[in-house]
Amino acid sequence: MRHLLSTKDLSRDEAVAILDVAEDMADVAGREIKKLPALRGKTVVNLFFEDSTRTRISFEAAAKRLSADVINFSAKGSSVSKGESLKDTAQTLAAMGADAVVVRHQASGAPSVLAQSGWIDAGIVNAGDGTHEHPTQALLDAFTIRRRLHGASARGRDLDGVTVTIVGDILHSRVARSNVWLLSTLGAHVTFVAPATLVPIGIGDWPVTVGYDLDAAIAAKPDVVMMLRIQGERMNAAFFPTAREYARQWGLDDERLAKLPASSLVMHPGPMNRGLEISAKAADSAQSTVLEQVANGVSIRMAVLYLLLSGTTGEM
Amino acid sequence: MTARLVLQSADITRALTRISHEILESNRGASDLVLLGIPTRGVVLARRLGEILDSIEPGSGTVGFLDVTMYRDDLAKNPTRAPSPTQIPAGGIDGKTVVLVDDVLYSGRTIRAALDALNDIGRPRAVRLAALVDRGHRELPIRADFVGKNLPTAASERINVRLLEVDGVDEVTIEGGEA
Repeated sequence: MRHLLSTKDLSRDEAVAILDVAEDMADVAGREIKKLPALRGKTVVNLFFEDSTRTRISFEAAAKRLSADVINFSAKGSSVSKGESLKDTAQTLAAMGADAVVVRHQASGAPSVLAQSGWIDAGIVNAGDGTHEHPTQALLDAFTIRRRLHGASARGRDLDGVTVTIVGDILHSRVARSNVWLLSTLGAHVTFVAPATLVPIGIGDWPVTVGYDLDAAIAAKPDVVMMLRIQGERMNAAFFPTAREYARQWGLDDERLAKLPASSLVMHPGPMNRGLEISAKAADSAQSTVLEQVANGVSIRMAVLYLLLSGTTGEM
Repeated sequence: MTARLVLQSADITRALTRISHEILESNRGASDLVLLGIPTRGVVLARRLGEILDSIEPGSGTVGFLDVTMYRDDLAKNPTRAPSPTQIPAGGIDGKTVVLVDDVLYSGRTIRAALDALNDIGRPRAVRLAALVDRGHRELPIRADFVGKNLPTAASERINVRLLEVDGVDEVTIEGGEA
């Protein structure tokens, strides 16, 4: 693997291989010494143009557990605020000898520009670009689902026949996009439930079923319900009248939680708006995988960095 | 290229039985023994040794496996290797006598990696090494405590260990080495 830009590029076997490597990485988290020497001497740069806590810390923890050196860069307080371009920033990092660059950018496609421009030779990992993709989030979601469903025998398996309902702001969600491609590659069936104003144009080409009624979706007993965050920072038009109305129509409240089969998983990529898209009871229930998703995120990012940075050619 | 048969199924079983007795003898019994196989074929050999140990002294064959991929010194020089799972027996390895089990002992670099991996897992009382075949050409100061067969080879030759559980047949062959 040379770069990880989109889950659309991953074949079923590649995706399963990443999840399997992540299983081995997860074992390390249970040890007293949570460190592997595999990436000793490699430098990983976290290049974050957009605010993030969990993704950046997760990548940092992953790189450090593999013994790589980590440099954190956030646009705030850097030369970017003086007007430095992406090209100059990339070339500066290349001159400092970065082996991998983890990029989060508010513009869709920024990581693939870095990967294709020739400004920098390092492996590029997309950590969320605009409203495009967030591949490691989708991988950790798939990993979490696979672990909950198959337990210790999860290795080598895909998600054939699993039904996943993704609820909320599909229009702006890179998590939803990455999940659609990855989950359907792995054999799962994805359903979107959202207000009509938050469904993107051209969704007919996506391998999903679209619905507008959360109660009907829950009555269909999905294996997984994934609630998306209502992104306050992107709500710049009247997509729905009020937060209360959204919560009543499309929020996973206590009543809907009770109707959901006890075996169904409740997922959320975080950070949660408790009381808006998910109730506190749903977020803290035994069905909720929110904290597992965070823990699994480190394992997935270790796997991705390992596959990107070890080996001569990066071929698997 | 012709392959020469060196060990047959019965030879392998005989060697493993002898190694089992040697392990018990050097450990003065079966207490605090942990066998750790190194994937892929070391795991199979460790399981077989465990069964033989159990048949000699019940309860002595505690078997696990130890993946050393992440600890190799040639990660940057070869195509990416997918790691295998590691499974340490429930009692851990602290204070135990750990016997590392591998199929072929060659440069000794795999064993160096295994020693580093053990270091991150715990502190065994002693670490021993059992190998089905010792083919020489060591590049590090490492030796085996228990050897199935010493096979002097040329570096250009190839040793193939095939085991029933992985390859469908039990045999050790030598290939190549025209020079």
